[in-house]
Amino acid sequence: MTPRSLRGRAAIVGIGETDYYKRGQAPHAEFKLALEAIVNACADAGIHPRDIDGFASYSNDRSDPSRIAAALGCKELRFANMQWGGGGGGGSAAIGNAAAAIMSGMAECVVVFRALAQGQHGRYGQGTAVPDVDGHAAHTVPYGLLSPAHMFVMKYRRFMHEHGVRQEALRAIAMASYAHAQENPRAVMHGRPLDEKTYDDSRWIVEPWHLYDCCLENDGAAAMVLVAGERARDFPHPACYLLAAVAGSQYRAGAPVHNTPDYATASFKTLAPRLYAMARMGPADIDVLQSYENFTGGVLMSIVEHGFCSAAEVNDFFVLDNLLAPDGQLPLNTSGGNLAECYMHGLGLNLEAVRQIRRTSTAQVPRAEVSMVISGPMVTPVSSCIFGSEATL
Amino acid sequence: MTSPYLRPGLPAPLPSDLDRPYWEGLRDERLLIQRCKRCARFQWGPEWICHRCLNVDLGWTEVEPRGFIYSHQRVWHPVHPALREQGPYVIVLVTIAHADEVRVVGNLLGDPLQDLVIGAEVQGVFEHHADADPAYTLLQWRYAR
Repeated sequence: MTPRSLRGRAAIVGIGETDYYKRGQAPHAEFKLALEAIVNACADAGIHPRDIDGFASYSNDRSDPSRIAAALGCKELRFANMQWGGGGGGGSAAIGNAAAAIMSGMAECVVVFRALAQGQHGRYGQGTAVPDVDGHAAHTVPYGLLSPAHMFVMKYRRFMHEHGVRQEALRAIAMASYAHAQENPRAVMHGRPLDEKTYDDSRWIVEPWHLYDCCLENDGAAAMVLVAGERARDFPHPACYLLAAVAGSQYRAGAPVHNTPDYATASFKTLAPRLYAMARMGPADIDVLQSYENFTGGVLMSIVEHGFCSAAEVNDFFVLDNLLAPDGQLPLNTSGGNLAECYMHGLGLNLEAVRQIRRTSTAQVPRAEVSMVISGPMVTPVSSCIFGSEATL
Repeated sequence: MTSPYLRPGLPAPLPSDLDRPYWEGLRDERLLIQRCKRCARFQWGPEWICHRCLNVDLGWTEVEPRGFIYSHQRVWHPVHPALREQGPYVIVLVTIAHADEVRVVGNLLGDPLQDLVIGAEVQGVFEHHADADPAYTLLQWRYAR
C-alpha cells in the first residue's frame, strides 16, 4: 500500500488578489474584496466562478462560503471548510484541507481565500475596550498583556536568551522583506526602502521588537484555485503542484496562560519532519521560502525549526545577503511579505510561492522548482506547505 | 497601600467557575494553584480535568508566592486607551517555585527601565484593587532581596 500523502495530488491553477490597501483605505466592503480576489483567481485559471464547488479558509474569515457561492452563481457547493485557530496559522493548512477534499473526491475545484478589512472590523494590534475579562484572558489582560505582540514576544525573548541571538538577525529579516518589496509594485511599502539606521532608530513596540519587526495592518483579499493534480496541465499557467501540507502543534501547545512545556518555539518542531517526509525532500531542496512574519522573531524560530540552520548558527545565517533573491542562500519573503507587501493574514505568501514556481515573481529566484511556505509562527495550530514544478513530481 | 502598577482602566479579571478559588485566594493574600487530588500534580492555567491522569476531581493548594523569571517583555507601544499616558511597563512570566514548573503572568514592580534578568528570583506582591466593583487582587512581582 502506498503511504497516504497529498504529494502531487492537487495543483494550484489560479491565483488572484485585490489591490492591497493600508488599514481603513479599502474602497469596498470586506465581502466585496473576497469576491474580487476569487473572480481574479478564476480569471487567472481560465475558469468561470460557477465551476467552483468548494471553499476553504482560516482564522474565522467573515466571508461565508454559502453567500460567496450564491453571489458568484456556483452551480453546487460541496465543501465549506474552516481551519480552527487564529492568526495566520491556517494559511497553508487551508490549502492542505482543500487538497484533501479534492484527493478524497469530496470536491473538484476548491478556492482557498482570505479577506480582511481591519479598517472595517477592528484591528489585531489593539486591545479591545471591555470592562472585564474572564477565562484565560483574566490571567493576562489585567497585566497589560493585550496584543499579539505581547502574546508572542516572551517566547522569542526566551529563545533569544537561550541561544544568544543578536538584534541584527531580526534586522536582516525585516530588511529582506523591504528590499523585495521595492521590486514589487503591488507592495504597500513599494518605494519605501528600509536601511539599517532606520531600523535601529525606530521605536520599540515591545522589546526586543522594533516597529519594523511587526507586520502591517491592511485591507484586501487573496485567493487561489485548486484542482486535482492530473488536471493541472489543462490550465493556462505552468502547473504548480502541492507536494506537502501539514498542520498542528507540539504537545500541549495550547496549555493556557503561557504554560506550554516547550515554550520558546514557533510550534513547528513536530510539523517539519512530517512536511519533509510527505514531500520526500529536505531543507536543502528548498529553492525559495516565504515565512509568515507576524513578528520577525517568529520567522527566525520557524526557519530554525524547519532545519535551514541550527539555533547556534542564527547570527551567521540571518544576514541580509543570505536572504535576498536571486542569489541568497535562502531567498526569503520575495514579495515583501507581511512586513512590506501586505498583511493578508499570510495568504499573500502562498500566492508568492506559486509565482516563484511559475517564474513570475518580481524577485524571481532563477530555476526555482521547489517553493515553501511557513504559516503563522507561535500560534496553534500552525501549518506549512511545499509547492513544486512538474519536474519535481 | 501603594498604588497599582498600571494606570486604571484596563479590563478587570472576572472570576469564572473554573478559577474562582484562585481569585478569592488572592484577595486573602494566598496563592492557590490547581492541583489534582489523585496524582497530586499542579497544573496551570486551570482546566476541568488533570491533563496527566484525567481525573476530574481537582483541588487547590496554597503555594509560596516565590518564583523565577522565565521570560519578560518591556512594552512601549500602548494598545489600550488606559495606557496612553503609562509609558513603558514590564510584564514577566514567572515559574512558581515548588509547583511542578507552572508559570504565571504578572508585572515586575519597580523602575520600568530596570534590568530584566531571566532566571532571577522574584517575590510575589498582592496588589489589591479594593475600590473596583467587584473588588479584585492581582499578583505582582519584585526582585527577591
